[in-house]
Amino acid sequence: MADIPKEFEYLPQGVLSRVKGEAPASKLKAVLGKVSEEFNNMQVSPGESVGLVAAESIGEPSTQMTLNTFHFAGVAEMNITMGLPRIIEVLDGRKNITTPMMDIYLEKPYSQGQDIKKIALSIKETLLRDVASEITINLADSRIEVIPDDAKLAEIGMTKPGVVSALKGQIKGVSVDLRKEFISFRLKKKEEGVNAIFKMKEKIKTLVIKGVKGISQVLPVKRGNEFIIITAGTNLKKILQMPMVDVTRTVSNDIFEIEAVLGIEAARQAIINEVYKVIENQGLNVDIRHMMLVADTMCNSGVIRGITRYGTVKEKVSVLARASFETPIKHLIDASLHGETDYLNSVVENVMINQPVPVGTGMVKLAMKEEQKK
Amino acid sequence: MKKIDLTTHVLIPKHSKLGDKDKEEMLKRYNVSLKGLPKILVSDAGISHLSARPGDVIEIVRDSPTAGKAFFYRVVVDE
Repeated sequence: MADIPKEFEYLPQGVLSRVKGEAPASKLKAVLGKVSEEFNNMQVSPGESVGLVAAESIGEPSTQMTLNTFHFAGVAEMNITMGLPRIIEVLDGRKNITTPMMDIYLEKPYSQGQDIKKIALSIKETLLRDVASEITINLADSRIEVIPDDAKLAEIGMTKPGVVSALKGQIKGVSVDLRKEFISFRLKKKEEGVNAIFKMKEKIKTLVIKGVKGISQVLPVKRGNEFIIITAGTNLKKILQMPMVDVTRTVSNDIFEIEAVLGIEAARQAIINEVYKVIENQGLNVDIRHMMLVADTMCNSGVIRGITRYGTVKEKVSVLARASFETPIKHLIDASLHGETDYLNSVVENVMINQPVPVGTGMVKLAMKEEQKK
Repeated sequence: MKKIDLTTHVLIPKHSKLGDKDKEEMLKRYNVSLKGLPKILVSDAGISHLSARPGDVIEIVRDSPTAGKAFFYRVVVDE
């Protein structure tokens, strides 16, 4: 393979490897010359308002999107937020998304379909209330009695002692015992009032006796030539620790969960992927650079900030720029109380006071060297 | 419990810590101060294996669909 001459090393690796792959060694220099000329022409010029271009490039096609949710074939209850609501959700940086989902990839041989149903079912969470036929409060003995339904227990392949051992240690300060007909929950501190028992009852209902917390539905499907499990509800941290899960490819669609488990760079990539997935799905065509710019902005401060008045807009230095977005009175009052100064360095505030904006040719200023005067 | 190596995950690009000399050189090349760089938290999962401290600069090599490989820098901050 021919070496790249030093003057062309600044070109992106993707460009270089393509030239190297396709151009004959003798003509390499000539081709690179042409390529670098073209490359320099295509670069964004200094002062170009890339943010505005990105906003319009994503905004215009999104007016044409359908507002539908998308139904999963085969499973009636599984529908996914798609289209504009999903894009808004991602870019706003919402903490609670409407349809959290995971794609769980498996290691061989499970990815070829071995025990796929069994694995899927073992991930699905079962709560205590799902198997209980009755939950009663026994005030006389100040305890809660849960009577399990034998048929439902048999369905998920669990026994009463198994349930009790799964429950033990899940809530602090409560002792769990198996009695003849029911499972008893008793507060270890005797003097706790009736209120505490009622509170405990609500807690007990949602205890997980089997599976992974948060995974409400599972669906094994074939994608390409391997089997994966799609879930409704996410718990990336727990799932990644399971032995048969392929750690390298399993992903969630919850951006904040990805930030917590995999880090800010992974979250940036996830934002790009999620937005691009929607746009592609709607048959629209938006350059990926726009999404990259938005994702970079959202992840700049080390944590995800949505494009809202609480997120990226709050970070703006200029008072007037913040006030022009949302809740202007609040921003202006706060600023005057704190005695903030607006240095008029950015676009919006200069538009307001009718000055040239620092964009494009407005960025450059005329300077003169003092010493050349005679 | 399985010990998992998250650095192999598809979403995580390669993170590495810059040495003092590389750090100075990078700051000069891009004409920025540490304050002007994008940030990454000390507690971030992507740099847990690097034992980085606040003030360190992390070099991130992203697989970019437009440039092939893209270099990105973040300064480690706590809070």
